[in-house]
Amino acid sequence: MPEMNTASMPDIVFAILFFFMVTTTMRSETLMVRVKIPTASEVQKLEKKSLVTYINIGPPTDTRLGTGTQMQLNDRFAQVSEIQDYIAQEKASMNEADQPLMTVSIKADEDTRMQYITEVKQALRQAYALKISYSARKGEN
Amino acid sequence: MAKSNRKVPGLNASSMADVSFLLLTFFLLVSNMDVDSGLARRLPPPPQSEEQTSVDVQRRNLLVVLVNAQNETMVTNQQGTEWYANEAELRGEVGGKPALKDKVKEFVLNTSNSSELPELEEQDFGAPIGVVPVTASHVVSIQNDATTSYKAYIAVQNEVVRAYNELREEGARKYFNTSYGELTEEQKTQINDLYPQRISEAEPKNYGGGQ
Repeated sequence: MPEMNTASMPDIVFAILFFFMVTTTMRSETLMVRVKIPTASEVQKLEKKSLVTYINIGPPTDTRLGTGTQMQLNDRFAQVSEIQDYIAQEKASMNEADQPLMTVSIKADEDTRMQYITEVKQALRQAYALKISYSARKGEN
Repeated sequence: MAKSNRKVPGLNASSMADVSFLLLTFFLLVSNMDVDSGLARRLPPPPQSEEQTSVDVQRRNLLVVLVNAQNETMVTNQQGTEWYANEAELRGEVGGKPALKDKVKEFVLNTSNSSELPELEEQDFGAPIGVVPVTASHVVSIQNDATTSYKAYIAVQNEVVRAYNELREEGARKYFNTSYGELTEEQKTQINDLYPQRISEAEPKNYGGGQ
């Protein structure tokens, strides 16, 4: 039986490896709020991940903390008033040329009251983070 | 003295593949490829100091989409008012009312040049489109109550965006004989200028009903 030449296999594997090393984003924060994002049919993809800042809104996953709507910025619960500092911080960590392109993705649970969202929106306006995206899953509806 | 013409010993590289496979599996598991998607919006800049930046919009140029505390939708303009009790009605599947997207499309186009729909202005959009009348100053105002659910709000937003997307698709078919997705960036800009998304998300109000 003829043997297959596998000498180039490490090269191929390395190529794939580099691809994943470059595309992967290690920062995967653990969600502390339960977010079931709504579905919508007309969603657009947010292309550049480095330009996107996330705000998670929903009831806490730990039910001992109650069922009220909470907001998670980075790895902790936060108040709406803390958004401005958070946005300023995120903006500062960005490339200067990218700063005006910053998009804030609002990942909110579908049962959230609009009042909370509106407060967040107002805070974002004050922080001059005007490009927002209502996170939604692509779905038939 | 040792002889210097010794052969360099070959490195056994057969385990290289195993090591790199291991690394590859690690990155495969760690990487999350899912791209976030959503409805993109642009917020108005914060109001400057004391002076209120309220823009006067003519009644005929305004389509108010109001989502109340019971997640019902009211669409009102100079032509009249329409109520939608749920999402299926919004999409025109039940209830026999015109779907929200059709209301929005009719409003944005004003093909009949009705005096109750936004005024038409002739504008030049360049090469294949030319000078066409458009409702340049129309505004779709989406308003909500404090206790409206986010889900209902997104559903309404989605229907309005759907109306614009369908208009752009129709525009692309009409002027470029192809689908919107296949246009070049330049052509897309032309179509987007022809049907700009003029959606206003109003300042928060509490219309009552919600606490």
